[in-house]
Amino acid sequence: MKANPFRPFLAALLGALGLAVLGGCANAKLVRVQPWERATLADYTMNPARDPLATVNAEHVYFSRESASGGRGVGGSGCGCN
Amino acid sequence: MLQPTRFFLAAALAWSAAIVRADLKAGDPFPSLAAAGLSGPLPATERRVVLVDFWASWCGPCKASFPAYSKLQSDYANRGLVVVAVSVDENAAAYERFVKNLHPQFVTVHDKAQQLVRQVKVPTMPTCYVIGRDGKVRFVHQGFHGEDSARELRQEIDTLLAESAPPS
Repeated sequence: MKANPFRPFLAALLGALGLAVLGGCANAKLVRVQPWERATLADYTMNPARDPLATVNAEHVYFSRESASGGRGVGGSGCGCN
Repeated sequence: MLQPTRFFLAAALAWSAAIVRADLKAGDPFPSLAAAGLSGPLPATERRVVLVDFWASWCGPCKASFPAYSKLQSDYANRGLVVVAVSVDENAAAYERFVKNLHPQFVTVHDKAQQLVRQVKVPTMPTCYVIGRDGKVRFVHQGFHGEDSARELRQEIDTLLAESAPPS
């Protein structure tokens, strides 16, 4: 079977495309909130469940209406600690 | 000679490796604390085992770690351990309030401009670095996990304190 003479060029084009995509990942304009910059995210006001009574009520409604329990929220707040 | 496909694959791998964060790891020399523009008195750290902890007043596990570090400092001070806790708080009042409330038995300094923490690029809050007498990072602890962290730190500090200091 005769080798495709364009194969090296296609491979080069594919590689260049891959580099362009990876280059987008390295774009300095992307905002990355670093672990030490999360004071605002860790603030009390950023917690969506600030009212314990309202949270318990909502949980009760979900449980009574849908027999659904748990699966809400994760440990900690937005600070990313641990 | 590399074929084009392999060449570009190698180039892509090298590029992707370059954009990954360059965290400080075991074996790397720890940056100079004196040159980091920290506010607060710095203890003598040359030829000593140093535990540098990065913390913030808004970080829950950081608060939990302070009593353990106080205990470490009091237990190992005579053998040459120095604990330095670096606050990355942007709010100076929050930093001062936190220190006043917890009364740590070790040195706390404030990296208000976040110069040192940017240099070190801590992966999470808190992160502590256990530095040998040669000034190189020997152990890195991400987060604080209560008794488990305290026990590991004690083992590591015992190991490092048993090592002889490098010739000056």
